[in-house]
Amino acid sequence: MAERIYLYPIWLRIWHGINALLFLVLLATGLSMQYSNPDLPLIRFDLAVQFHNIAGLILSFNYLIFLAGNFSTKNGSFYQLKLSGLYKELILQMEYYLFGVFKKRPSPFPVTKSRKFNPLQKVTYLITMYGLIPVIIITGLALMFPEFIIEKVFQSSGIFLTAILHTIVGFMLSMFLVIHVYFSTMGSSPISNFKSMMNGYHEPH
Amino acid sequence: MLLLLLLFSSYASAQLLVEMEGEPASLESNQTCFECHTKQIYTYENDWTGNIERKAMNPNFILDSTAFHQGVHRHFACTDCHSPEYESFPHPGEARLEPMYTCLDCHGGDDTYAQYHFELIEEEFSKSVHATRNDESFSCWMCHDPHSYKAMTRSEFKISEIVQTHNNACINCHNDPVKFQLVSDSIRPDLAKVHNFIPSYNLHLKSVRCIECHTSQQDTMWVAHQILEKELAVKKCVDCHSSNTMLMASLYKYQNLEARQDGFLNAVILNNSYVIGANRNYIFNILSIVLFGFALLAIAIHVYFRFKNR
Repeated sequence: MAERIYLYPIWLRIWHGINALLFLVLLATGLSMQYSNPDLPLIRFDLAVQFHNIAGLILSFNYLIFLAGNFSTKNGSFYQLKLSGLYKELILQMEYYLFGVFKKRPSPFPVTKSRKFNPLQKVTYLITMYGLIPVIIITGLALMFPEFIIEKVFQSSGIFLTAILHTIVGFMLSMFLVIHVYFSTMGSSPISNFKSMMNGYHEPH
Repeated sequence: MLLLLLLFSSYASAQLLVEMEGEPASLESNQTCFECHTKQIYTYENDWTGNIERKAMNPNFILDSTAFHQGVHRHFACTDCHSPEYESFPHPGEARLEPMYTCLDCHGGDDTYAQYHFELIEEEFSKSVHATRNDESFSCWMCHDPHSYKAMTRSEFKISEIVQTHNNACINCHNDPVKFQLVSDSIRPDLAKVHNFIPSYNLHLKSVRCIECHTSQQDTMWVAHQILEKELAVKKCVDCHSSNTMLMASLYKYQNLEARQDGFLNAVILNNSYVIGANRNYIFNILSIVLFGFALLAIAIHVYFRFKNR
């Protein structure tokens, strides 16, 4: 058995744990507000608003920790993307997930000390962490302080457009969460990646 | 008796003199009144001393002539409603004690105004806290200014304008310590404080009317007038923030004809605002369920093959 690699420093694991918890709170409260029903309240509307606001603020602060950590440690380098050959690498990784994994083929981009993410993970995490998360934070803060939102944008309410964007990105992030959790079961054992996020060590296949 | 006669004679003249359909006549007599009553400072010649005097007008007696000419009562002469004694200056002191008409004095029992349901308004008002907690001095004019009154919900006004005008009727007293004390000895509660359970209170105040939560909403009433005890006010967010939002039966019933039909639930609200829980898009709903379903299906297939080839 190959040696375990220490890939997930303590700050990252704490950040990740808090983020995961906040994701669940935000998802449950967000869905509860979006599909509020007086006869079947998932979470009481006013409580859902409060929890959503508090969780959103903590997530925003937590995101700053993520940014600071990535700027000040080598964790940031895992997100650096080389565009040349990326397309081929992505196809290779997708082929592995769609076929190779069933035939017990080795991963085309195995995890090493200098490569935490395969190309598909890298692109997905880049879009999520540097695209979707900032958008949901900015739109969320805008909805929390609606006086800063432009009142009318092309005959539509500015709040409406901000809310729609917030909801769409929220939906995309919920899709990310489901797929992310599923892919986490594809480590050396179905629970090895979950263990890694507790003890910091990656277990190679 | 004299007062009754006076009232009757002016009521009859109001009925006879005004031509409601045409443009408002710039009544000469009104101009004489506006000469002083539209200004903060007025001047007059003191007959005793022969001097020209400059005086500050009582702010309660200053009129906005532009608002008057846009209001529904623009066709009236001032003395149709006020005592003709005001035609002389200095105005006789007792003229100040003249009784004021209420809406029903002119509009009650008249088929011309049947669509406005004045009798129903009176009935609702008589049950409201404004009537039950006060004596008869609490009249229509406490909230509505007949000099500038516009039929907001019967015209082409935007929802935001209706909200602002109707809320101003409440806020004018409930946010003004002096005006509030005209009818109450209790300490005026701070509106922002008592509503602090509402997130973004100022946005709510800009988007919906106080009467949405503070009245008993009846289908038969166009604008609800039965102001409830504060304990009975709507406090449940979901009453508005749900697919069956009560806003459609209150504020947005004025705009049903202009409903946006672009796949959104309660779409007419989107012309002005966005109410989470009440505004949902059918297409987005279906699309999100389909996409989520696809993701779960793909995962299920993947799991199947993983276990099959284990």
